[in-house]
Amino acid sequence: MSAEQFDLVIIGSGPGGYVAAIRASQLGQKVAIVERERLGGICLNWGCIPTKALLRSSEIKHYIDHASAYGLSAGEVGFDLAKVTERSRKVANQLNSGVKGLMKKNRVTVVEGVATLASATSVKVGERTLSAKNVIVATGARARELPHLKADGERVWTYRHAMVPPAMPTDLLVIGSGAIGVEFASFFSDMGAKVTIVEMLDRILPVEDEEISAFMDKALKKQGMTIRTKAAVEKLDVTPEGVTATINGERQIFSHVIIAIGIAPNTEDLGLEALGVQTDRGHIRTDEWGRTNVPGLWAIGDVTGAPWLAHKASHEGIVAVEKITEQPHAHPMDKSNIPGCTYSRPQVASVGLTEAKAREAGHEVKVGKFPFIGNGKAIALGEAEGLVKTVFDAKTGALLGAHMVGAEVTELIQGYVIARACEATEAELMATIFPHPTLSEMMHESVLDAYGRAIHI
Amino acid sequence: MAIDITMPALSPTMESGTLAKWLIKVGDAVKPGDVIAEIETDKATMEVEAVDEGVVAEILVAAGTEEVKVNAVIARLQGEGDEAAPVPKAAAAPAHAPAPAAAVAAQAPVAVPAPAKPLTPQGPLVARNIASPLARRVAQLLGVDLGAVTGTGPNGRIVKADVEAAAGKAPAAVAAPVAAAPAPAAAAPAPAAAAPAPAAAAPAPAPVVLPPTEVPFEAVKLSNMRKTIARRLTESKQQVPHFYLTVDVRLDALLKLRAELNKALESRGIKLSVNDMLVKAEALALMQVPDANVSFAGDSLRRFSRADISVAVAIPGGLITPVIRDAANKSLSKIATEMKDLAARAKEGKLQPPEYTGGTASISNLGMYGIKQFDAVINPPEGLILAVGAGEKRPYIVDDALAIATVMSATGSFDHRAIDGAVGAEFMSAFKALVENPLGMLA
Repeated sequence: MSAEQFDLVIIGSGPGGYVAAIRASQLGQKVAIVERERLGGICLNWGCIPTKALLRSSEIKHYIDHASAYGLSAGEVGFDLAKVTERSRKVANQLNSGVKGLMKKNRVTVVEGVATLASATSVKVGERTLSAKNVIVATGARARELPHLKADGERVWTYRHAMVPPAMPTDLLVIGSGAIGVEFASFFSDMGAKVTIVEMLDRILPVEDEEISAFMDKALKKQGMTIRTKAAVEKLDVTPEGVTATINGERQIFSHVIIAIGIAPNTEDLGLEALGVQTDRGHIRTDEWGRTNVPGLWAIGDVTGAPWLAHKASHEGIVAVEKITEQPHAHPMDKSNIPGCTYSRPQVASVGLTEAKAREAGHEVKVGKFPFIGNGKAIALGEAEGLVKTVFDAKTGALLGAHMVGAEVTELIQGYVIARACEATEAELMATIFPHPTLSEMMHESVLDAYGRAIHI
Repeated sequence: MAIDITMPALSPTMESGTLAKWLIKVGDAVKPGDVIAEIETDKATMEVEAVDEGVVAEILVAAGTEEVKVNAVIARLQGEGDEAAPVPKAAAAPAHAPAPAAAVAAQAPVAVPAPAKPLTPQGPLVARNIASPLARRVAQLLGVDLGAVTGTGPNGRIVKADVEAAAGKAPAAVAAPVAAAPAPAAAAPAPAAAAPAPAAAAPAPAPVVLPPTEVPFEAVKLSNMRKTIARRLTESKQQVPHFYLTVDVRLDALLKLRAELNKALESRGIKLSVNDMLVKAEALALMQVPDANVSFAGDSLRRFSRADISVAVAIPGGLITPVIRDAANKSLSKIATEMKDLAARAKEGKLQPPEYTGGTASISNLGMYGIKQFDAVINPPEGLILAVGAGEKRPYIVDDALAIATVMSATGSFDHRAIDGAVGAEFMSAFKALVENPLGMLA
């Protein structure tokens, strides 16, 4: 069978791949996208989106549980886990068909099946051969498992099992305290499970600012969670009654376990080795444009390494396509300004350097902090727990980093991201008028505090 | 029809220059030969003449814009019978630039509508510095002139990294890591820890050590000449292994001869300076020791068959080295006349690049300031420079008896890659002999 000709073939239709496909089509490329499962990839089928749907259920449950605090009376809240899950699946399905529609609208050829690279410019999918001037690998990643920490889908889960839980855990062990672990911990805790988080490092959310980690540690413990840092799960024994976990030598029984110890890139069986594609600890190595060492072969998103975030993948997709099509405004990837969000209760959001990293990098810093308790809107919302922390370079006034914990901070962080993208200094941030009453006022106050000028503290 | 006026090449090697001044404005009528602008290169200011007739329709590069690329359109004339279609035609030629030079530079069909900064796609070129707030702040801190920075942000916006790049600084290392041991050699770019680039690989144009900020100061914008001096002399001291040889030279005979010659030349209005005679002596010494009249050219050595002497001339804001071509074969009166003209035009900044480049060896004389002896920095790719001190009366041994003589010290700086010690010594001794027996210079 003769090869079908394209300008660009993209392997994987997650938030990296499908966004790249749309952008390429906008720029006049003839594009094919190969997907082995469902359009939209993990993000909107098994990741970002359906978890947000689950967390919305647990959040509403939390509010009703605390209705009396708002002067409302409500009976005991019941729930049907199957229906909560069903809602989450519906949301995922809706977005999945949304991506289908987008592909159609942008005349992107969708090829279902497993892709292998016959060469840098030729992709085999079953009987079909797709050849293209350029190929982008956007195959993503999956949950990392270890020989002694393997999911069975029954009692020991990865995020993927946890999203469609076969049963409501009563006593849940979450191994790993990154964003995924903490989000599931938060969901199941609010749904009524007793939750234990085990983290090997000395603090939870270890990529965040230390103060944010400490804040979360306290907040989650207050909610009833058990947090064990500097702890390793050495062994899991599944029994009919539950799972016996050996943590730092001690045995403890849980009803269920979620393994959230990081992710592993999907690079197998693609034919990368045959092409001599360089990898770094399993991840495909790319330059700031997404180019691999093999001409014509590009890679974006989780398969290229940290941070494993959908918005990073999407942006890399745009960067690569604009480079491929030689757009005059094409700009290389700036990994220093990728925000990170954790949708637990309370939420965590951050961008840039933590205070410690800023100091490590040699910056003399000015640090501003503003607590939620000082903000009118936060108090009115009944969400007076949280912190907005900003880190500035004392010499230049560059906003080196911003770190937030509390209600809705995931929706707020982009203000700081834009400021950083525009290279605003403290002066522009101070001169900006923030609307009252909003949570965003705390972003202003935190900046003011860094320079000893906070008003409401 | 519209006629484009492009940035002229003032020398074959010129890539860009500063559009120093416009002498026309929109609406002015110009005719061939009218001086329309002044262009500043690294060392000279040149006038640009119009070659076409028309009315100035547009000025596309503002006065004061630096690093305007050769062949970039700088203005547009509306000719007779005019329609607006811009014709891609290079219309302006530099006033005095050697014709072939301009032609060579113009050959490159560079797709350069690119002037100093990337601009919005359609709009006319306006020299304004769109810079991020942080870039402006950092520029101020580092004393970087935003006008000299090329922006890489959206629509050519200057971002912090551009300013840091312009300051010759690795973007990452904002401050020296605390742990870094104080570098014993002040010249080493201090926060190099972050940038593993081998020092030799990237010749930094300027030292990165920042001046103290607690002392009140005024940031003086670097002229193109100062930038060139900084770059070339840094390169020289970093890349050229210098060695130095000093001799004392008795001047009495030369001074006597000079007095006699000047008396004879008085009617012609010519006055020889000591320096004019030393230029000739250096040139003759180079002809006598051809192994010293050389230049290190990477994989080969160039031995010159002519001695062209670059004479260092202090001018406002810097120095320049006009060249006396074939000085060995020129009469002293000719050298004096040429030198007078070159020095005068140098002080006005009107030298043409061919007049101050391409010497085979240099001379620098600080005798008039009473300097006894000094070591000069070689002007690459030349192989040597002679540093001449003041002629002064010193106790001197003549025929085993203490006498008084007028003596000067002269020090040659030599590029050891090209010239070895013995050859250098031979050259210095030939120079000394010529100065002490100056009649040999007349023959």
